[in-house]
Order: sequence, then structure tokens, then C-alpha cells
Amino acid sequence: MIYAVASGKGGTGKTTVSSSLAVLWDGSATLVDLDVEEPNLHLFLKPELTDVRKAYIEVPEADESKCTRCRACADICQFKAITVMADTLLVFPEMCHGCGGCLAVCPEGALSPGRRELGEICRGTAGRHGFVMGRLRVGEAMSPPLMRQVRRLFPELSRDGDILIDAPPGVSCPAIAAVTDADCIVLVTEPTPFGFHDFKLAWEAFTPLGKPMGAVINRADLGDTAVREFCRENRIPVWAEIPYSRDIAEAYSRGEIVAGAFKELERTFTDLRNHMREAASGGGACAK
Amino acid sequence: MREIVVISGKGGAGKTSMAGAFAHLADKAILCDLDVDAPDLHLLLDPRVKSEESFYSGHEAVIDPDRCIGCGQCAELCRFDAVRGDGDVYRVDSLACEGCKVCVALCPEQAIDFPEKHCGQWYVSDTRFGPMVHAQLFPGEENSGRLVTLLKQKARAMAEEQGLDLVLCDGTPGIGCPVISSMAGTDVAVIVTEPTPSGLHDLKRVAELCERFRTKVAVLVNKWDINPAMTGEIEAWCVGRGYTLVGRFPHDRAVVDAMLERKVLTETDNAELSRIINTSWAGVLALLDTCN
Repeated sequence: MIYAVASGKGGTGKTTVSSSLAVLWDGSATLVDLDVEEPNLHLFLKPELTDVRKAYIEVPEADESKCTRCRACADICQFKAITVMADTLLVFPEMCHGCGGCLAVCPEGALSPGRRELGEICRGTAGRHGFVMGRLRVGEAMSPPLMRQVRRLFPELSRDGDILIDAPPGVSCPAIAAVTDADCIVLVTEPTPFGFHDFKLAWEAFTPLGKPMGAVINRADLGDTAVREFCRENRIPVWAEIPYSRDIAEAYSRGEIVAGAFKELERTFTDLRNHMREAASGGGACAK
Repeated sequence: MREIVVISGKGGAGKTSMAGAFAHLADKAILCDLDVDAPDLHLLLDPRVKSEESFYSGHEAVIDPDRCIGCGQCAELCRFDAVRGDGDVYRVDSLACEGCKVCVALCPEQAIDFPEKHCGQWYVSDTRFGPMVHAQLFPGEENSGRLVTLLKQKARAMAEEQGLDLVLCDGTPGIGCPVISSMAGTDVAVIVTEPTPSGLHDLKRVAELCERFRTKVAVLVNKWDINPAMTGEIEAWCVGRGYTLVGRFPHDRAVVDAMLERKVLTETDNAELSRIINTSWAGVLALLDTCN
């Protein structure tokens, strides 16, 4: 099964939850950090990385001598990555989405596949579990292509057991892409006005995917009751509540995994794990 | 015309709480929420919308089942795994479609339409601290940075029209396209960080991005007292890089309490927190004054 830990708002505790689940996950699993802009899971799980590879996207390379300035490539490109200006063929590789359109339509064979570095994909082990992380190169704008390459490992990783995804924050296309493969989504929120507002956005964004969803309320005794009321009204099960405590914040700041550091929270996370398992294996309709 | 962007790398570090207080302290600035994916600044500033516009960006492929002959070429060509075939019936998953036009251009039956994509709405509003430009993408849309660029252009134009000298922006988490777009043409980036492994890791990455843009960096350590040793480590690292430290802000429930009252921190009666933010803002302005 594939599980995604997501949230509309950054900083609500996705990594706290996914690292804690990793510690308590019975059976084998692979932890996947899909927050490629700012991956943080490795800071807590401290995996041993055995395989670090650079990831690339295919971008066109131009052979000016073969180009007849017919503009077919410029006409198909939707991203202003290739153009003919003043009789010169110009390629802007950083704008390219790697769709291959220009290569497909060039009648002269003037374009060949080159590459742009997206970042790296790191694989290894974290205790009993596998570990995979995508890390975007600083200066690279596009996270979806790197995420796509990590996601293409899922069929292989699924053979080794469950997959737990730490998703990027927000509700735009990277966040949706991260939860697309999941059998179940855990939405981490906090009961503050910001947390609630972004939780609603996330719920709206993820609901059409038709996957079972549950909420985790972090820093549960802060703020107000709006998140809980919303969950009740919309029949979103609350699978776990993590109390607000300075001790937890301090443990997190030392790089400790919350479920390991606080015995009293172990039960909270094992219950969460059981809810997730139940939901993924038929506790809800799963649109595939 | 000068521009400040509040960023963090890491989500939840306190960007919007700080940006809201800075908005209060900034005399005569255009305010701008560049977090178009999950904007929160409006929750503090309660904007009165004066004008609303639709934001269109790019196109999406839509297969017309009547014209499609089920040859599957579109699915073969698509590099974004966006075309799904079920027998000989093909359809495009709009969430995965990148709008690249390859399937549209190469479909032998011209069976694929390519309508423009309505991605969200953007607004010009009034707030108690001055004019504000903000937006909301529809869930699942590409956070391409185009909308960020549009908001910044609008904010600058408004500052020009109204004779204001400052644009103050609340930024987005991460280091990708929206953040890169928000850095363009900015004088000072205020990085709000926290003394946690994630805070430091993300600070380093977003600071590297600032250096590429030659943007001056001010750093504010939020929740500094949850790990004073690490705060010291972060500050030493910043000093070594030549960044300006503009303050330490304590871990305090007052931040959430102010949010619940829909107030910014400098509007509450917490004199100590107000003083810290005032000092930080003065530090940001002093750094801004060194920009030519």
C-alpha cells in the first residue's frame, strides 16, 4: 500500500508524523521524501545513503548548421524555451519542460536530446526500512519532473512492502502529484486560522481524487475549534491529535523523532498507523 | 522603488506573522501576498477587495471522443504520463497535463482541443495598512511563478502610481519556481528561520538562491529559545556568510493568540514582542538603505 502524508500549510508537522510512523511501522516499508524543494525527512531518519544519482531532464541541443529557421520548434513550444530571433536559433534550457515536442517536429534533424540537471535522487536504508529522497538543485525551478522520476520507482519499491510519502506543502500541482499514487492520504494540520484555511484548500484539492483521507491535528490544544468542526461536518475522521508542548518542539529542534522521544505518544502513532491501514485496505472508495 | 520579500525555505517558520507585523510598521507600502498556492496574509489584514481578475495561464489538452479513433499516439508521445488509455478510449488527466501541445500538434485526426486554462483569481484590495495585491490559485493548478510575476508587476505599478517607495511581499515556502519568481528584482530578502534541523537545512538552500540573485539577505530566527545552541550555530553561520541578523523572536503562544484575533503582533498589547519586531524592522530598513 502507498500512504501519503500531506498538508496545505507548511510547518504543520508532516515530517514529525512521517518520521514517527517510520519508527512504528510494522512490516517493511520505504520512506519517500517527495518534498524535493526542501526535503527534511533524512535529517530525522538519518538514513545510510548507498546510491546517490544526479537526475536530468531532456532538453534540446541545437545544431545551427542544420537549422533552416522554419520555426516549427518555436511554434510548438509552449514554454518560450526555443525561439528564432533575428535569424538565430535560441534555446533557453532552463525554461524547457522536457516535452520533446521540438525534437519531434524538427524536419531537419537540427535538434538532438541534451540534458539539464534537476537535482539528485538518493536511495538507501533507514533502520529496517528503505529510504528514497529527491533533492532539487538550488536554482532549478521545476520540481514536478524530479518528483515524476522518484514516483517512477514506486512499482519497484512496492515489491518491498509499503510506501510512506512525505509530500510537499500546498495544494498546487506538486502537492497533488505527490499524493496521486497513494491509497490513503493523511492531512496534517494545526487548529490555527492559517492551519484551518490551508486545510480547507487541501481538502478541496484532494477530495476529487476519491481516496480515503484522515486528519492529524498537531499542536492540538492551540488555537480554536474550527478545524474539528469542519472535520465533523465533512465526515473527515481525525486519526490522531498531538498535543502542543514545548518539550516536543525542543525534541524536534534536536533532531529527535517525536514517537521515539515521548513514550506517551507511541500509542497515538500506532493508532494512526492502524487507522491508515484500515482506510487503505477498503475503509473507503479508492479511485485509481 | 524598493522591494522586500519575506521567505523561509521551510514552511511554518513564521513568514506571514512577521510579514503582517512589518506591513503594520511599513509606512506607505504596497503589500503583496506572493503565496498564491496557500495564501494566509489576508487572514490577518482582512482586505476589502476593490477589483478581481481572472488569471489564465497556458492551455490544457482535451481529447474529443467523437473525433478520436483510439490510435494511442498521444499516450505514447506524452512525457508527463497525462494521457490514460482504457481499451481504445483515451482521456487526458488535467492534473498531470503540462500543456505542452505535443499531443495536440501530432494527433493524426486533430482530435485534441487545446483550451486556455483558467488557473485562479487575483485581487487588488484595501487593508488597514494600505493597498494589497493577492491571489488564489485553484487547487491542483501549476504554481508556475507566472502569477507571482504578475502580482509583483501589479504591486510595482501601483507603488509607482501612488508615489510609494516600497513593495513588501510575503513569499512562499520552498526554493522552486514560485520562490525564484518572487526573488526577481527584489532588493532585500528577509529569511525567517527556526533553530531546527529542517530550519537550518532549508535556510542554507534558500540563502544560496538569494546569492544567485544577488539579493541582500536579512535573517530573523523565530522560536529562537527552543534551541539556543542551534540558534547560536545559525547566527554564526549567517555572520560568516555576511548576512545581516535582524533579531531573535521567542517561541510564544502570543503569535497564535494574535492570529485568532486577526491582529498582527504589533497590534497586540505585548510590548516585548512589539519591541523585538520594531527592532527587526529597523534592521531590515537599514539593510535596504544600503541598496543602491
